[in-house]
Amino acid sequence: MAAPAPSWIRPKPHGIYIAPADCWVDPSRAVDKALVTHGHADHARGGHGRTVATPETLAIMELRYATRDGATPVAYGETIRLPGGVDASYLPAGHVLGSAQILLEHAGERVIVTGDYKRRHDPTCPPFEVAPCDIFITEATFGLPVFRHPPIEEEMQKLLDRLAAHPDRCVLVGAYALGKAQRVIAELRRAGHGAPIYLHGAMEKMCRLYEEHGVRLGELRLVSDHSKDDMRGSIVICPPSALNDRWSRRLPGPITAMASGWMRIRQRARQRNVELPLVISDHADWDELTRTIEEVGAQDNWITHGREDALLRWCQLHQRRAKALALVGYEDEDD
Amino acid sequence: MEQLAALLDALVYTRSRNEKLRLIAEYLRTTPDPDRGWALAALSDGLDFPAVKSSTIRNLLKDRIDPVLWTLSRDFVGDTAETASLLWPAPERPPSPPTVGEAVELLLAMNRKSVLGELPELLDRLDASGRYALLKLATGGMRIGVSSRLAKTAFAHAFNVSVDEVEEYWHGLDAPFDPLFAWAARGEAPPDIENLPTFRPFMLAHPLEDTVVDLADYAAEWKWDGIRVQLVRAGDETRVYSRSGDDISATFPELLDVLPFSAVLDGELLVRGSTQGGPENARTQGGAASFNALQQRLGRKTVSKKMLKEFPAFVRLYDVLLLEGQDLREQPWTGRRAQLESLIVRLPESHFDISKVVEARDFDHLAKIREGSRDDAIEGLMLKRKDSPYIAGRRVGYWYKWKRDPLLIDCVLMYAQRGSGKRSSFYSDYTFGCWDGDPDAGAELLPVGKAYSGFTDEELKKLDRHVRQNTVNRFGPVRETDKSLVFEVAFDSVHESRRHKSGLAMRFPRIHRIRWEKPVHEADRIDALRALIRD
Repeated sequence: MAAPAPSWIRPKPHGIYIAPADCWVDPSRAVDKALVTHGHADHARGGHGRTVATPETLAIMELRYATRDGATPVAYGETIRLPGGVDASYLPAGHVLGSAQILLEHAGERVIVTGDYKRRHDPTCPPFEVAPCDIFITEATFGLPVFRHPPIEEEMQKLLDRLAAHPDRCVLVGAYALGKAQRVIAELRRAGHGAPIYLHGAMEKMCRLYEEHGVRLGELRLVSDHSKDDMRGSIVICPPSALNDRWSRRLPGPITAMASGWMRIRQRARQRNVELPLVISDHADWDELTRTIEEVGAQDNWITHGREDALLRWCQLHQRRAKALALVGYEDEDD
Repeated sequence: MEQLAALLDALVYTRSRNEKLRLIAEYLRTTPDPDRGWALAALSDGLDFPAVKSSTIRNLLKDRIDPVLWTLSRDFVGDTAETASLLWPAPERPPSPPTVGEAVELLLAMNRKSVLGELPELLDRLDASGRYALLKLATGGMRIGVSSRLAKTAFAHAFNVSVDEVEEYWHGLDAPFDPLFAWAARGEAPPDIENLPTFRPFMLAHPLEDTVVDLADYAAEWKWDGIRVQLVRAGDETRVYSRSGDDISATFPELLDVLPFSAVLDGELLVRGSTQGGPENARTQGGAASFNALQQRLGRKTVSKKMLKEFPAFVRLYDVLLLEGQDLREQPWTGRRAQLESLIVRLPESHFDISKVVEARDFDHLAKIREGSRDDAIEGLMLKRKDSPYIAGRRVGYWYKWKRDPLLIDCVLMYAQRGSGKRSSFYSDYTFGCWDGDPDAGAELLPVGKAYSGFTDEELKKLDRHVRQNTVNRFGPVRETDKSLVFEVAFDSVHESRRHKSGLAMRFPRIHRIRWEKPVHEADRIDALRALIRD
């Protein structure tokens, strides 16, 4: 059973509404005042009157929407006072560069909205911070016990082994342009892969933005500047939508890989015509979700976008109060 | 088992047919007997272990994880074996994987009771990929994009033999196919199937589409709406095989003692009635009932006397492959047809007739005849090149099927369920309905059918999103939608049925078009669908 929700925070179909401040968290349509957890398009829509987010997230939104109008930066660990006596603090979520959980405090109650998060090491952003609260509003993208992401080192090894076995071809890795692509590159560097990595044009600006924020990505080259022969034996990174596109015809015998948590399911990989599935996700897997709910220890858990049913069931089995929120507009087919 | 697991994983993720052939052939060449024979069986027809069923796996898992979490997971993954392989608690001791042969022997020795202790022991000896391979092997139905034909072709490639010859021997042998490997891999004499009532692969037809043929070269026959069967007699034994080569003799016992000579015959299995072929055919050939009536007889392991009397089966013959020791398959169709016409007099009228040749002046005339075939509840026409030999499989240019155009009706999406295989984890199985009256005067929708094909992958994604965002109710894995979307549904025919609340059942319904823009109150009424019944 869910506890009666406090009247000041209201889940609505288009986002979470903070009544005293007349303000929304990750609204899926343009509003006057928005608190944004991170830069992925389904959470950070354009056109808000005022946008409160980390400086990194604001930079990402500026890159995407070409405007800084109404941008209000709040760094990790800082608190901003909103109208109506609501305090909002931004804590690292470990999802992508700039991603934050938003801690809302009002009338002695603490509510955390996680946005998207993970608990694994990620060289491109600071780790998730566990903070106590009364209501924990968690994502559940991979909220099924079949989702257990393997250590990323294993997946990197699979990628490098396949590359070494086909020196005349290239491995084309489909990865989200924001976050996943840079993490894969940074992990390849950590695994000792120093060779130039080739990018689809849509990746270039985001990679540069990451580097400007201190994430080292090594030598990156644009596919469009190079010949087929240059790219033999190389790794090429593109958005998932380009994997089976005409675009890839310019590559030397590409082996199609995709970095995504969905790759854990064979048929999902087949649906995307993926030859080399890499189970790499920027979302918490089942164990991370349940562990986080335990560690945070909130009195009530609200579960959003994803496989809510199973996480709800887990909470029930572990005598934790929980309910599912029906928010629209969050899509994570490509993670 | 590791090699087989690696092969299955590689096959799952390989798109190219040639690469699949290479992977399987390589495995068959390098793997010892009997492992490779069992693997070949698993990849082609599938193995059957009576004690190990999907339900066995489900029950084992429900003892180990919460049943609700199991159901939600299985529903999302769309495959019991894969879900179980992912959810199985990782063993503490390091795996000591069995060979394929050892695993098969252990699985064969299990009974419904011992399986509950022995299967877990076996699973504990494997990693996640190994568990997937074992469970796939144990429950059949690989769903990894390898057809039976592809597996046989790979076998032929591996040992440089002809795939037609492999097909010929195949149905006389059982897994692990030792005589087949002895012949192909070890150069011994070919398996002897001469005196066995084995299945010979069917010759199949291509859709005609826009092709126009010259009736000087092609003969036309009706495409009857029953099931294609092969009737085989060798020695004293007669068997009935379905199109996939399954032995369905037990389902049609009345056909087992009516073939007085050894032969392999190709025909359409129908039950007596007056629908198919219309009144004219009823006079000249004896009538047949609609597919709906035949359906009463399908899938039964034993048949009651009442069934035999109420729905008596007979075979409408298309072709003769073997006759009294003589192989006719190399002969042109005209030659085989002449043989068929002369042998029919030796067969009892009660159980046999010949599919008559449809006479037409020219192609346009034939097209008109086909147009008029709607009322006769036949599927359309077959066009057979007069000089065509009988060749296993689908060969371009010899046989064409020319189905009549489908019926269409506008229905409203009501419920959706996740699919399996290629459509796993997407809401891809749709139940749709028609109005039981005037929707503006408070009529309700009644379900009339279910479809899970006819849309593109892109459309599937949109439909999946539509379902998830417009759910108003959940019943286990089924989602009820807000009934805001119209499908134009194509189907072959519609019949009375007690199975559905609407009293109607469609044959081969599929999504023809998604009418995103169409208001739901403009969808069709039950009466419109009922008017299309031709029984």
